[in-house]
This record gives sequence, C-alpha cells and structure tokens, in this order.
Amino acid sequence: MLLTRRMEFSSSHRLWRGEWDDARNHAVFGRHAGPVSHGHNYELEVTVDGSVDGETGMVIDLKRLKDVMDAEIGERFDHRDLNDDTGLFERQQPTAEVFAGVIFGLLDRALPDGMLSYVTLRPTPDYEVEARR
Amino acid sequence: MIRLTRRYPFSAAHVLARPDWSEARNRDVYGKCANPSGHGHNYVLEVTVRGALDPESGRLVPIERMDALVQRRVIEPLDHRFLNRDVPEFKSEVPTAENIARYAWRALKGELAPAVLDRVRLVETANNSVEYSEEGERS
Repeated sequence: MLLTRRMEFSSSHRLWRGEWDDARNHAVFGRHAGPVSHGHNYELEVTVDGSVDGETGMVIDLKRLKDVMDAEIGERFDHRDLNDDTGLFERQQPTAEVFAGVIFGLLDRALPDGMLSYVTLRPTPDYEVEARR
Repeated sequence: MIRLTRRYPFSAAHVLARPDWSEARNRDVYGKCANPSGHGHNYVLEVTVRGALDPESGRLVPIERMDALVQRRVIEPLDHRFLNRDVPEFKSEVPTAENIARYAWRALKGELAPAVLDRVRLVETANNSVEYSEEGERS
C-alpha cells in the first residue's frame, strides 16, 4: 500500500555557477540565474510504501509522517534561501532535480528503513520532478 | 496496454478507534481522528483499469458499465454513511483510508473484464491519499 502526504513550503533560490561567466550562467539558467534570488511556493508529495498494520489499519501514523516532514523539510527550508541558509547547496545547484534528491535523502534517513518510496516536488503548478531510490 | 482512470467522489463520516482499546490508547494512536462522535471527509476514489483496446469500439471497458459497478459496489454502500456504524466490514476493521482503499479493491477486483483492475487510489483530504494495487495485495 502506498500512502502519500502533501505539504507546501516557500523558499528562495538562485542558479549560478561561480566559475562560469555571466553570459553562460544566463544562457543555461535563464530566468533562474542569479546573482539575486527569487522564490517559489513549493509543493511536495511524499509517498511511503508499507503493509497495513493488522491492528491499526495504518501503513504509518500520518501524524508521525507529518512531524518528520515538518522537522526535516518545513523547518529546514520554509521561508529560507536554499543557497544561503541551508548549507546544502554550496557545491550543487538548487534546481528542482537536485533539490528533490536532497529531500529524498533527508526523509529517507528520518523514516523507518526503506519505507520511503518516492517524492514529487512541484516548484510551480506547471512542472514537477520525482526522485526515487 | 492502456490505462484508464475514473474519479468517484463520495462523502462519509468515520471514527478511527478500536472498540477493544481504551479511549487513551485510541487517542494516542489515532489522535484527533479518534473523537467518538465522528467526523467526515469528502473522499475521492480513483479507479484505474488496464488492458487492451477493443478494436471495434476503441474502448478499454464500457465506461457506463464501470460507473454502474463502482456506484453499486463501492459508492452507494459508503456515500453519506457513518462507516463504522453502517458498513458491516467496518464494524470489525477500522475505516482508515488504507482499509477503505482495500475495501474498494476487493469490491472491484475481477469485475471489470475484459479490463483488469490496475489500482485504486483513495484521496481523503487534499493532503493525504493512499494507493492499493496487486503489489499491495501480496505484501
């Protein structure tokens, strides 16, 4: 049984490689190019996979899943700048693709072994990326 | 192979609590959902079937038949009901989203020939949903 919980958070980011010149950064990253950050209301769906407990009828306690998502994702990223405030994007760009992988890793560590199936990250309602093991 | 999904909204009340547990234990495991008076959700059941297209009709399954079956087997028994009280299965099983999804799976499996039931997804609120398929049945 797959169970999915959704949350929203708002963060700012910029895409910029210091060793590239301005023209190349703008050519590759377009409107996402720095040096100034911009923001998104991110939507995140977290899907866990497990069997239904015979007594409780639950795959996972939704409150526990919410607490993990709040602690690992909400507190770390909500109303923060991904580049400046998190220490996670000094050597990699906070693109949706990279960010989804980072989120998968953080949640995978915090949830029971092997339970996390995939995460879907939507920086805007118009596009999404999915990260799995 | 092609997959087809239809959405079926329904509304129902439930309490998440086991009669054989104390109120404190139920509150501990199920939180707000254990409130004895019950509470309700606008659920959406998504039913996905898969199979081959009928070369003549260009369809996977007659939609009207699929709708009638889902209505009769799942929506009518659950819609505008108090699940714990009104649905025999949920007198012994707690009507979590997980168990409601399994209820729908069991009610529909094998009934949609020539198509095959691929998965059911139950959306309980905008923030949580569960998905059940053959893989889930095996685990």
